Amino acid sequence: MKRSWLPGFITLGVILFLFAPLVVLVVNSFNASRFGGEWEGFTWMWYEKLWAAGEIWESLWITLKIAISASLATMVLGTLAAYALHRFRSGLQNVHHMLITLPLVMPDILMGMSLLALFVLTGVETGLLTIWIAHVTFCLSFVTMVVLGRLQDFDLTLLDAARDLGATQAQAVKKVLLPLLLPGVLAGGLLAFTLSIDDYVITFFVSGPGTTTLPLRVASMMKTSRSLPVINALSTLLIASTFLVAVCSHRLQRRA
Amino acid sequence: MDDFLVIDHVSKTFGTQRAVDSVSLNVVKGEAFSLLGPSGCGKTTLLRMIAGFERPDSGRILVNGQDITALPPEQRPVNTVFQNYALFPHLSVWENVAFGLRMSRRPREEIRSGVDRMLELVRLSEHARKRPAQLSGGQRQRVAIARALVNRPQVLLLDEPLAALDLKLRQHMLMELNTIHEQVGTTFIYVTHDQGEAMSLSSRIAVMNAGRVEQVDSPAHLYETPRTSFVASFIGDANFFTGTAVEFQHEGYVRVFVDGLGSPLVLSNGTVASNQPLRLMVRPEKISLTLARPSSGERVNAFRGVVEDRAYFGTHTRYRIRAGEHSILAQLQRSRFSGGDIDPARGAEVWMSFHPDEGRVVRLEAAS
Repeated sequence: MKRSWLPGFITLGVILFLFAPLVVLVVNSFNASRFGGEWEGFTWMWYEKLWAAGEIWESLWITLKIAISASLATMVLGTLAAYALHRFRSGLQNVHHMLITLPLVMPDILMGMSLLALFVLTGVETGLLTIWIAHVTFCLSFVTMVVLGRLQDFDLTLLDAARDLGATQAQAVKKVLLPLLLPGVLAGGLLAFTLSIDDYVITFFVSGPGTTTLPLRVASMMKTSRSLPVINALSTLLIASTFLVAVCSHRLQRRA
Repeated sequence: MDDFLVIDHVSKTFGTQRAVDSVSLNVVKGEAFSLLGPSGCGKTTLLRMIAGFERPDSGRILVNGQDITALPPEQRPVNTVFQNYALFPHLSVWENVAFGLRMSRRPREEIRSGVDRMLELVRLSEHARKRPAQLSGGQRQRVAIARALVNRPQVLLLDEPLAALDLKLRQHMLMELNTIHEQVGTTFIYVTHDQGEAMSLSSRIAVMNAGRVEQVDSPAHLYETPRTSFVASFIGDANFFTGTAVEFQHEGYVRVFVDGLGSPLVLSNGTVASNQPLRLMVRPEKISLTLARPSSGERVNAFRGVVEDRAYFGTHTRYRIRAGEHSILAQLQRSRFSGGDIDPARGAEVWMSFHPDEGRVVRLEAAS
């Protein structure tokens, strides 16, 4: 068979398409030019400015707090939901399955608006709590789906075997089911974490005064061109850490 | 009584289906006992009720005099070797075997010596640190057996223990299981659909069909004196004929008129009413083939037929012989020194004969 240049060409094109913007961003974060139009020499200046920008670190701290607590909560809730969906079959479970997958396809703007409407109606003041609730809500579907996938490969006779060997129901779950589900739960949690960290649309609706998360902060900073290179520097750091998380997640799923 | 495992009128219904229908069995201490039957006969449900995974609708299960019917599986003195072994994939072989002892919070030293001794018994000591996925099928099964036996159960349940193994390994594990049973002396209950497995593994077999026990007997008795046509056809091959009893003789012999065959004389192990339709059974290897009519007295049943088919199997040859409307299976053992035997070709006319002791009246239904 004749070797074709087409696959290589397409691969190159896709990589260029995906990563060219990131390369521009990273390069510009070291560019002395304020507008990034042309190269005016290497500088660490924007990183120094970023280091001094207290409001950015404050936003990052808020974002991390929400992302960590929301992903922990969705790991617990998602595992429970997946177990219920897997173990029990009924009309109610069919509805459960439909409802829990709905946020996967529902537009973010709709979710944000409906959550805000709910908080207004119930008189809950927007702030950390409301952001956390919103993030748990939209991350739950993803975690549930990942754990459900793991559960479908799980051999339920293993639980019988544990009971047979003297384990109570609770011990069987703790000693056999959970250790085997753990890679899936962790992978789901990582997914939830990354989703939570960069959510803008939903958070925009349900955040309150003093709870500006990092994506909200970046968006508001974009309005002034003065801080544009600082955002480049921040983004470069985010790219590096995202890459790290992605590698970890991949490892986990491969082991799973 | 030395009945050790007692199953007392146990029934279980799933939806509208009676999976197990008032089954009663007594198993002796230290016995190797088999529940044998086709899939869906209720044997697995019965096993799951003994293990505690299903609760009977009615009836009782006793082990060593203790009523365990209401106990959850973890409190029963019973352990199971599952069909797919159900080894814990995240634990090493050693930890798998130690699982039961750890659950019952035995002292560390006792766990260590117990597990080591058990791994030695199943000859897996050098694989102790491996994960189940790194083992062969036969090794996995030995882990499953060790994991169950280390808890010193009063009864060991084995669910289709050889089904997942290939033919060669199966032969080997068959011997291995018998050796292990001899060494530990625990009561073994096998569940299997394979009559060969049941016959070579156990001292007694309960043949089950449609939720009921058709017959409980030693392998030899089941083969030689099946009480129902189901048992006769499930264990080994059999020729069946329908006829009516026409003459009763001493010691249980009965002459049965079969249309197209004449009136062979056979044994009956139950009472038979005259002029009632009944079924009689002859095993293929009990039929002799001769070219001339056998002359060894009137107590031999003989009839003529034409060979329709012949198949050579190495150890034996099978013939399908037509006699009137009947198609009869006969099997001849081949031996270089036996002489005498004939080997009729297709289309040849032969005489078939069998001794009255080899023919049997069987019931159509299990006794209720």
